[in-house]
Amino acid sequence: MKIEPISVSELNRYIKDRVAEDEYLKSVFVRGEISNFKHHYTGHMYFTLKDENSLIKCIMFKSSTATLNFVPKDGMKVNVLGNVAVFERDGVYQIYCKAMQEDGVGDLYTKFKELKNKLEAEGLFNEEHKKKIPMMPKIIGVLTSNTGAVIRDIINVSTRRNPNCYIRLLPVPVQGTGAGEKIADAIKLMNEKKLADVLIVARGGGSLEDLWPFNEEVVARAIYDSEIPIISAVGHETDFTIADFVADLRAPTPSAAAELAVTDISDLEDRIYLYKNRLKLLLRKKVEIMRLRYEKCMASKVFTEPDYKIKEYYLTIDKLLKNMNILINSKMKDFKIKMVQATTRLDTISPLKTLARGYGILEKDDIIIKSVKQLKKDDNVKFRLVDGEVKAKII
Amino acid sequence: MKEKGFEEMLDELEEIVQTLEKEDLNLDESITKFEQGMKIAKDCNKKIEEAEKKITILLNENEDLKEENFSVDG
Repeated sequence: MKIEPISVSELNRYIKDRVAEDEYLKSVFVRGEISNFKHHYTGHMYFTLKDENSLIKCIMFKSSTATLNFVPKDGMKVNVLGNVAVFERDGVYQIYCKAMQEDGVGDLYTKFKELKNKLEAEGLFNEEHKKKIPMMPKIIGVLTSNTGAVIRDIINVSTRRNPNCYIRLLPVPVQGTGAGEKIADAIKLMNEKKLADVLIVARGGGSLEDLWPFNEEVVARAIYDSEIPIISAVGHETDFTIADFVADLRAPTPSAAAELAVTDISDLEDRIYLYKNRLKLLLRKKVEIMRLRYEKCMASKVFTEPDYKIKEYYLTIDKLLKNMNILINSKMKDFKIKMVQATTRLDTISPLKTLARGYGILEKDDIIIKSVKQLKKDDNVKFRLVDGEVKAKII
Repeated sequence: MKEKGFEEMLDELEEIVQTLEKEDLNLDESITKFEQGMKIAKDCNKKIEEAEKKITILLNENEDLKEENFSVDG
């Protein structure tokens, strides 16, 4: 009997079904290196996964790519979780990836944690050891690559805040093997030769692998031992490297580091200007108070009428004199009145008048005799008349 | 030549202003304090103007360090 040929599709479908039935291929966890990676505009990712001697095609649908916490790139070692299936049209089997993680990230991350704990235990992160960032550093040292956005941002921000700032860049590799040693050496060099008053150690964003030099112990110790205060600005805002923990101050971004290192000159000038104004105001106030007190004194009579005291005395004297006169006059008037009264009374009772009318005063031993009983015979008496006295005896 | 740090000068200036505000100084003391304050303010401004813009790059050629001007786009 003749063997009928089957179609290609039928063959591919057969293979597809065989593969689909296989339990193991339903979920595989594969390690390999990414190559000819393409991120299709539809959002799906196409790449091949290879090791030294073979490769396999992979596809990751857009929905699954959401779970990625890194940006896949050619040459990256990754672990892929997915299922193997045949794509009939091309007669190709591939892994349909559901999840992917950087391979080796695992051990890098653990290395990071171990080193972090070790250095923390040793006290390299202690707050008390951290130095204060000087407000007006004369020279700002920057350790980063001399190309790329980092140094540009730092220069732009710094010069905007202080047009006369002095930035000294010591270029260092910020990625790859050996970068850690170079960064550490650069920090030591800056210290030995006292080339700056503050140091900014910075690099842009990247994967854990990219940032790895800043997690190395040699860098951590160089930062710790540095006499010059260090501001670290490594990776994105969310990345924390060991350098950030040891640094005297951690800035989320290179620009923020520049802001922390360079004081805004206009703010400073305003502040000084305000102080000067307050000083002037206070002095003027003090002088004003003093002037008022001075004027008050000068206004007093002592100065305006220096002789007022004398005048006052004169016044008092005059017053007293006046009073005396008044008193004297009134006293004199009284006396006069009294005298007149007395004389008139005297006149009225004056014996002279009666004598003048022919009467006389009879006295015995200077007592005026008013009754005969007062007399007895032979008494010596005196008899006074208007024009004189005579003596007589009572007979 | 550890001359007074900028920050110390600023703190001193602040202190003088406060003394003039709070204590009741006599006129002479006030004047001397005032003059001190103004001098420090002048020095501060001088320090700011004195600074001169320099953006340089250090080049490490076989152990000796050379410093050259650096511009970002250069």
